[in-house]
Order: sequence, then structure tokens, then C-alpha cells
Amino acid sequence: QLDAFVVLASGEISYSSQQCSNFMTIYTIIQTVTLIPGDGIGPEISTAVMKIFEAAKAPIQWEERNVTAIKGPGGRWMIPPEAKESMNKNKIGLKGPLKTPIAAGHPSMNLLLRKTFDLYANVRPCVSIEGYKTPYTDVDLVTIRENTEGEYSGIEHLIVDGVVQSIKLITEEASRRIAKYAFEYARNNQRTSVTAVHKANIMRMSDGLFLRKCREVAENYKDVKFTEMYLDTVCLNMVQDPSHFDILVMPNLYGDILSDLCAGLIGGLGVTPSGNIGANGVAIFESVHGTAPDIAGKDLANPTALLLSAVMMLRHMGLHGHAKKIETACFDTIRDEKVLTKDLGGNAKCSEFTADICRRVQDMD
Amino acid sequence: MMATLTKALKPILGMQFGNTAKVFGAAVNSQRGKPTYPPPAKYGGRHTVTLIPGDGIGPELLNHVRELFRFSCVPVDFEVVHVNSASTSEDDINNAIMAIRRNGVALKGNVETNHTMPPNHKSRNNLLRTSLDLYANMMHCQSLPGVQTRHKNIDIIIIRENTEGEYSSLEHESVSGVVESLKIITRNNSLRIADYAFRLARDKGRRRVTAVHKANIMKLGDGLFLQCCKEVASGYPDIEFDSMIVDNTTMQLVSKPHQFDVMVMPNLYGNVVSNVCAGLVGGPGLVPGANYGRDYAVFETATRNTGKSIANRNIANPTAMLLASCLMLDHLKLHDYANMIRGAILTTMNETRLHTVDIGGQGTTSEVVQSIMRIIQSGGPLTTEI
Repeated sequence: QLDAFVVLASGEISYSSQQCSNFMTIYTIIQTVTLIPGDGIGPEISTAVMKIFEAAKAPIQWEERNVTAIKGPGGRWMIPPEAKESMNKNKIGLKGPLKTPIAAGHPSMNLLLRKTFDLYANVRPCVSIEGYKTPYTDVDLVTIRENTEGEYSGIEHLIVDGVVQSIKLITEEASRRIAKYAFEYARNNQRTSVTAVHKANIMRMSDGLFLRKCREVAENYKDVKFTEMYLDTVCLNMVQDPSHFDILVMPNLYGDILSDLCAGLIGGLGVTPSGNIGANGVAIFESVHGTAPDIAGKDLANPTALLLSAVMMLRHMGLHGHAKKIETACFDTIRDEKVLTKDLGGNAKCSEFTADICRRVQDMD
Repeated sequence: MMATLTKALKPILGMQFGNTAKVFGAAVNSQRGKPTYPPPAKYGGRHTVTLIPGDGIGPELLNHVRELFRFSCVPVDFEVVHVNSASTSEDDINNAIMAIRRNGVALKGNVETNHTMPPNHKSRNNLLRTSLDLYANMMHCQSLPGVQTRHKNIDIIIIRENTEGEYSSLEHESVSGVVESLKIITRNNSLRIADYAFRLARDKGRRRVTAVHKANIMKLGDGLFLQCCKEVASGYPDIEFDSMIVDNTTMQLVSKPHQFDVMVMPNLYGNVVSNVCAGLVGGPGLVPGANYGRDYAVFETATRNTGKSIANRNIANPTAMLLASCLMLDHLKLHDYANMIRGAILTTMNETRLHTVDIGGQGTTSEVVQSIMRIIQSGGPLTTEI
């Protein structure tokens, strides 16, 4: 039974204490997480995830926020101040799919979020899901992509009529930061090797700089094996035998292509989790699929991607026990193949799928 | 008299025939700069082709090609030009380029690029492609019978812009610690490659051309490329045209590769997509590639691997290089020889016993080549002693 409920003045962490049968009081720290449901199927899959977390008794409290862009005082587009405050306070966020309106005049929402919180690393663990058959069955790798510069710097010029130049920017600082994150991730998640993906034979200076920084950081992490591989070799080998790869770290464009390639290997964006790590300890976990407006509100959506991203979030927060529980329940449901949503090959509703996972989670206790 | 006659008829014939026409036994060029086929250097019925051995598995595979050609009495002589990848001077590669200008056609292995050398030491392969203006890289990915792959019956043609884009090698360090690399897209080159793609699609009876791009992010650069493709597409109403973003393309390639027919794209995406497709049909040892320019053609393996780790161990797969030499024979209009060798290669492919290590077998390179020669010999009397 609940004995006391204390809310700190900052509203950040709340404690709950529970009187146990042998008169011991157990304190559980409940952490607040900013939840951005998103558009389209966003709200329904967010609700699904919240239900599953409740069933798993995960110590998470959700703070829902909206991130539709508004025009700030200087005329520049920005995310609403409440959302920004909430993220900065909680540091951890879970985001559903956001729609990018075509002629709204403001840049894509994902870009805005990235710039606001300096989300420099995009992490995508790709693990083959038993029960969701793809031609590739032994995938277990992580792609870590530099998310702020590189080919996506957006600097383009029309030199003369008919000649366009796009600038690819590589800086020492960003390269070192992403390399450091990759090696830290390897250490924290007991992974054995990090491979830097590059094209330094052609782009000698830019990818050369990226490689040099990776090598320098590798010196401080002797327990993790470091290799370098050309982009084309990685693509070639990935399609033939993906089991050779562990963690891949790379600049922006290669990361974009390779992370989607790996998502394709395990079954597409509907089952792939993703996390964005920013400076100052901010981390936003998201589902990378679209808003699917055609099935929005019809209880047909598949919450797996958002759920696996939420599991990634739990691991990031150190709650490995709950993460394992929820992940196992989710994989068991998919492996059983009895209650599957339409995109996974079944014809169950989203709520039925969610209920099945909740039941499994509760059965585990 | 013949010369004045042909000169007088030139403008009339130019309007009627468009390309070349045979008038009283003489070939007439209607457009300035259109190459005459077959390429020059044909004396006594024999062609001369430049051969660049390269590094890694290149030399041994090209030796097998020469052996096979000699055995099959193919009327091709090779002019061998070595390019030393370790030397910093550009004399070697310039000699090779001059030889290709002389002969018009080349067959090459990959020249290794040491990427720890300073930026002014450019990739030799890249230099060759840009100097000879080999603007189109064509790769025909076909599932070969007898090779076990996850996806069956793949048949995709990939056309990749070969001279500009991200491979312009224009880089500078503006501020210490900040490097800029320029990606150049020009209207002329984009139009040229799109035109090549559509003409090839029409010639081969293909129904759809897909442009691969990232114009949602690189709005000006890839936007220009896409616009040029659309313009060219309007001139070929019989061929369907659509476009796809590169990350979605790679995802679709590993899950549903049969939706693609002909694909056209700028340089770097071409590198990624061609390697993915080569992996889908069975690996780098199976797919030949061709680089076409207006006046020259250079043939090599599609994925351009040096294969240092398997060099000189008799385990490399000769299929890609041999199929590339067949493409070269087709280019020289020696179709009978090309079909004969190609048929022998495909028959050998069916025998799992002869598969090399990269496709899951235990056979050696020489066993495969011997088998091909035996099949050619049994096909007819036109061979020398083994």
C-alpha cells in the first residue's frame, strides 16, 4: 500500500514509498519523461506504449507536450517554450512521428528539434526479430550516425547557370564527439568492435579528418576493437553477410543510407527503434516511420517501433530489468504470430496487440 | 572522286539517317564528333586493346583473360601498361591514358589508392575516368543460374554518373579543424547521363527508369539532377519515369529488389547502390562493369575491388573479369566470340563443384578457367592447343 508521496519543488523526480510485508520501506524513483505523441498514428501508438509501461510497472511518469512550430520573437521558427522547458528539465524524451507540412514555411520539425537540443548522434540498433521473417536472420548491429554536419549542412550555391555546388562540412570537434559516443556506447553495452565507415580514398581531406579523429579516440578505448572500412565494402558485405558487423560509426550521409539499409534488413521502419543523443545529457528516442494518415484513428497501427525505442530509452536510463521484460514480451507476441497487426502479417487491432503484450508482461511478474 | 561524292552527300544523309551511314562502301559521319565504330587500331582484322593490370587480383585475372583469348583465337592483341600505385608521379597513369586514347578501348584491374597519402595524390582510377570523360558507368546486375542468393531472378541495370558529384576531389581546409568538400552537379553532365540512361533503356527494351536522389535535403544539387532527368524523360514518352530517395532505395533493394528496372543516379549514390546490388546477386566476383565515354570505353569489374587479401592465392573468382571482357568484345562488335565465351561461363556457373570460395565453393581460379576453355573447345574447331 502506498505510504507517502513526495513531490520535489522542481517537479523533476518524485518518490513513492511502499510498506512491504516485512516492514521494509522501498523507495522507487519515478522519473519524468517528456512524451511527444506526434501526428497521424502518433497518439494511438503513444497510448499503447503508456499502457504497456503501466502494465510493466515501469517507474516512468509521462509529461505530454506538443511541438508544432511557432514563430518566435525574432521571426525565427522555434518549438513552443513549454516543450523546450520540459525537455531541458527531464532530459529524456520519447517522440512519435511528426508530419512535415509542405508549404508551411517552416523547416522540418525533426530539423528544428535537432538544432534546438544539438542532437549530434543518431543511434539505431538493428536486431533481427524472430517471428517477423526477412531474408536476413542474423542481424545484430548498431549504426551510429553523426547528425549535425557532413553532407547535410544545407550549404549550397549556384555558381554559374547550370553548375551547382553542395558543401560537405567535416569538423574536428563533431568527429571527435561522435567517435567518443560510439566507443562509450560500445563499453556501456558490452559490444566488441567499432567500425568507422568512410570514403577516404576519394574524399581524402574530409573523410581523412573523420578517420583521424576516430583513430585518436580509439587510443583511449583499447578494450574495444577498432577497424576502418570503405563504404562500398560495407554495403557489399552487409547485403551478403550482416553478422560480421557490430557498431558502425560514420558521417551524416553514409549514416543515413546505411541506417535505412540496416532497417530494411530487419523488416523496415515499422519495427526499427531509434535514439538521438544530444549535448547536455538530452536524449530523444523516436520511431522513424511516417505518420500514416490513411490508418490514423482506426486502431490499426503497429506500436512496435515506438515501443522498442521506449525500451532503448529505459536502457539509456539504466532500467535494464524493465527494458528486458517489455522487450521479451514484445518479441514473444511477435514470435507467437497469433495476435499481429496488419503490417506484420496478421489482422489484429492495435489495442489487441497491445493487450497481448500487457498480459505477457504481467504474467512475467 | 569518292571523297568529294561523300562530302557532297553528307548534309543530305545527315538529315535522313542521324548517326552513320554506309555510302558506296564509305562510312559517313553526320554529326561532328560521333565516334566511328569499330574503334580505330584495327589492322589486319585484329584489334588492339589497352590492358592495365592494376593491383591485387587484377594481374592474375587479366592473365587468365589473355590465356582464354589466345586459346579461343579471339582477334584481340593487348597492349599492357603498368600503373604503379605506390609512385607519387603521375607519369604512369598519363601513359595509360595516352594508350587508351590511342586504342579507344581498355580492360583494367583496380589500381589501389593509399588513402594515407596527402590529398594532392589523387586516386588513379578517378584520374583515368575524368581525363577520358568516361561519363557513364553501366552495371547490369543479373542473378546467375547456379549461384545461391537470398533473392532470386534479379535483373537491374544501374547507370551511374562517373565524373562529377562527390568525386570531384575539391577539398580545402578553410579554418583549422574544419574541412569542406565540394560536390559539383552540372546541368550538362546530368542531362548527358539521363539521356544515356533513357537511350539504353529504349535499346534494351526496358520499361522504367528510376532516378535515385536526395533532393529533399540537397535541394539545389540533387534538385538539378532530378530536374534534368525529368526533362529528358519527357522526350521518351514510351518509358516510365519515377524517382526515389536514396535511403528508401537501399531499404527497398534489400526487401523487394524486383520492383527496379533501370536506375540512374549521381556518383556517390551509384557507388552505394551498385555495391548493394552486387551483393544481392552473389558478390563482387560475379558482376562486370563498363565505363563509357563519347570516344572511349573502359571495362572492369563492377565493384572495382582490389582484393589484396586474396591476391595470388588462386582463389579469386574470374567470372566478373571474364564477363567484362565479353562486354568489351561486344563493344568491338565481335559478338560471336562474346557469346561463345559468355555461354561457356554460364555453363560453368551451373556446376557447383567449380564455384570459388566467395560464392560458397571450394574451386580454384584456374579450375574455373580450364572448365571454360574445355567447354569452348567442345563447342567447335576454332581453338589452339590448351
